[in-house]
Amino acid sequence: MSGPSSYQPQNAFLKWFEARLPIIGLVHSSFVAYPTPKNLNYWWTFGGILSFMLGVQIITGIVLVMHYTPHVDMAFDSVEHLMRDVNYGWLLRYLHSNGASMFFVAVYIHMFRGLYYGSYKEPREVLWILGVIIYLLMMATGFLGYTLPWGQMSFWGATVITNFFSAIPIVGETVVTWLWGGYAIGNPTLQRFFSLHYLLPFVIAGVVVLHVWALHVAGQGNPTGVEPKSSQDTVPFTPYATVKDSFMMVVFCIVFAWFVFYVPNYLGHADNYIPANPGVTPMHIVPEWYYLPFYAILRSIPDKLAGVIAMFSSILILVFLPWLDTSKVRSASYRPLYRVFFWIFVAACLGLGYLGSQAPEGIYVIAARILTAYYFIHFIIITPLLGLIETPKPLPNSISESVLKRSGAVAALLALLVGGATFLGSTPSALAQEKQEIHETPIPPRNTWSFAGPFGKFDQQQLQRGFKVYKEVCSTCHGLKFLSFRNLAEAGGPGFTEAQAAAIAADFKVQDGPNDQGDMFERDGRVGDAFPPPTTWKNEAQARQLYSGTVPPDMSVLAKARTYERGFPWFLLDIFTQFQEEGVDYIVALMKGYEPAPAGFTLPAGGNYNKYFPSNSIAMPPPLTDGLVDYTDGTKSTIEQQAKDVAAFLAWAAEPHMEARKRIGFQVMVFLVIFAGLMYFTKKKVWADVHGHA
Amino acid sequence: MSSAEPSRRDFLYIATGTVGAVGAAAVAWPLISQMNPDASTIAAGAPIDVDLGPIAEGQVIKVFWRSKPIFISHRTKKEIDEAKNVNVASLPDPQPDSARVKEGHDQWLVVIGICTHLGCIPLAHQGNYDGWFCPCHGSQYDSSGRIRQGPAPANLYIPPYAFLSDTKIRIG
Ligand code: FES
Repeated sequence: MSGPSSYQPQNAFLKWFEARLPIIGLVHSSFVAYPTPKNLNYWWTFGGILSFMLGVQIITGIVLVMHYTPHVDMAFDSVEHLMRDVNYGWLLRYLHSNGASMFFVAVYIHMFRGLYYGSYKEPREVLWILGVIIYLLMMATGFLGYTLPWGQMSFWGATVITNFFSAIPIVGETVVTWLWGGYAIGNPTLQRFFSLHYLLPFVIAGVVVLHVWALHVAGQGNPTGVEPKSSQDTVPFTPYATVKDSFMMVVFCIVFAWFVFYVPNYLGHADNYIPANPGVTPMHIVPEWYYLPFYAILRSIPDKLAGVIAMFSSILILVFLPWLDTSKVRSASYRPLYRVFFWIFVAACLGLGYLGSQAPEGIYVIAARILTAYYFIHFIIITPLLGLIETPKPLPNSISESVLKRSGAVAALLALLVGGATFLGSTPSALAQEKQEIHETPIPPRNTWSFAGPFGKFDQQQLQRGFKVYKEVCSTCHGLKFLSFRNLAEAGGPGFTEAQAAAIAADFKVQDGPNDQGDMFERDGRVGDAFPPPTTWKNEAQARQLYSGTVPPDMSVLAKARTYERGFPWFLLDIFTQFQEEGVDYIVALMKGYEPAPAGFTLPAGGNYNKYFPSNSIAMPPPLTDGLVDYTDGTKSTIEQQAKDVAAFLAWAAEPHMEARKRIGFQVMVFLVIFAGLMYFTKKKVWADVHGHA
Repeated sequence: MSSAEPSRRDFLYIATGTVGAVGAAAVAWPLISQMNPDASTIAAGAPIDVDLGPIAEGQVIKVFWRSKPIFISHRTKKEIDEAKNVNVASLPDPQPDSARVKEGHDQWLVVIGICTHLGCIPLAHQGNYDGWFCPCHGSQYDSSGRIRQGPAPANLYIPPYAFLSDTKIRIG
């Protein structure tokens, strides 16, 4: 992509081929001989990482489509089927869902790198704008993809986001109806979102080609911002950049794998494990983390249209950045003032992100407004002004002359972490207190679970007891439809034998038919059958009639569908401690949380007071009593014990491949650490002569 | 540069490349394996029981096992005799009738109803051999499900099955 190739094939066939289609020469000149500044630091490896992540998303996505059904009645179920029955389905889905987040992590680092080193400045304006287009396409793709599992967040996220367009004067409603293909989000919406979600990554890939092309025309920037002057200043892309990029890719994969194998649902929302329900909106609609700053901007403006405009402007303003920045000096390393404001801007973005995740109340709204204003001020006033008033430090004559230490990158990373942490840490503790008051329900106490942590395993005895509780107590009202009897005998589960699973199945009556006479009939369950629906209610209308307007939820994914707010700083520490048991802790707390209603609390008819239930009034009467379930293994059958056992059983039911996930995760981690080490030394060896001469 | 230096470097490169290749291969496995039948499909392929009672002499019924059509033919005396009195050596896929039915249950022929040519479903009671005729490319099977004429290379396959009683079989 940078002029005629110097590639001269030796082999006669390659000569013949190259004369007709010079593709090898193209690759050679773009990715082998291409001169790359020799002083690039590790922040420059994220372009390669992004290409890698795009590849990961496309490959895993194509595979997921082989098992996914884009229909409102089947989408949620098909995802659960993928997670449970398809070989490595859980792995592929977690790779894809966490891959999206990792993609955004990488793109944000890449973008802030560009902002810090002035990568958008002449002659790289088009390169930068193409990047903004890719970013917008990524946002659209991520949003469309999050709709597909058709959980509560999918549905309501889609509702909220598509309603942005209703802010358009006059034609807004028409546009939204057109987007939906109906009068609300429905099956036509899901199908078109699916189609577009499949299309857009390939559009991204196309724009990436343009982006790389533009990059190879203008040449890569570098930490000094001084253009390379001689071949002294550059090294060939291969092996130097290739090996360096690959090393960082492996390091990045360690982070990626940590999320996939140890905290796969951390970046998602528990509510998305509840099937979409057009009649009930979740308490807090929160988009995926990577949209949070923009979501905060949207909500901080008290006018619908203005809010939407502000949100879109906050991204589109990036397009004009090359002309808003009046400084001729590219790199912040030589711009003492800009460097300070850059970090303030980073902190403002992180702050907006945090505020976007919080309920829009009280001080949060004020803080979000201040930061929104600052966001725009940074671009419209500070950036143009700085170029005029700042005295840059003297630039080096050439890259070779510059003595930019590598510690610069490390220092920047530290500053980023410290900056982010101090900002989050400085959120006044008054906020936390105010929040406590908003909380009507106490935090569920933590329990110790055998399956917690990187090497956690289910306690088979406990799962068997928990199953007994489910069967004898819960199953009257609650289904378990994503589980089959055969699962009870599968590895990583309660450890029933095949014969025991068959006997359990035979205890249940299953609807089958029609038979040759055309009649439905009941028969004993077989191992291949799914758990039959509860017998006490036939359909949701009847359930509502019976249970004061509520439908007893299916319990298959309940342990992943419930959570409580962790609050700062726990929500960050959870990544490292791998705390994943909010759902089970909540279930235990709920089982034990029945109390007489306090004075002044009016319990609605048919309600039972429970201090852990969000509204404190739950239709389910206290389900457990001491000794209710007869344990045969000598365990004392207390309420506490039954609650823990059934919660553990539900944890397994929600994630039947958890043990495999953690086991494979450990192997992957060991592999990646060894590979990263090898890559590091390889990189050092390859670069030895360059550093030697510098 | 000493002579030991290049070899140590080569070793590092080879080790890194090998570990990378192993990793790539390991990543490929889940991507390949996910296309195999999933656990629910395998579970649904469990054996099925078929009651032979209602099948009249001369009737052929079709049941499904593992999503495949299974023909169960209640053969008439004439069909049994034809199947037996054939010069086995002259057949394209020589197999005596006794190898195609269960001993003592001569009247019951159970075959997978998929043409061994390219997978179409042959039609019962058609063709010149009191058996099946495949409409796709004209293969003809006899009353023992053996290929007699046409492009199919082999006899209709026999699924695994057993008699639970005289009037009940379990396929699979
Ligand atoms: S498929 Fe039956 S003859 Fe070709």
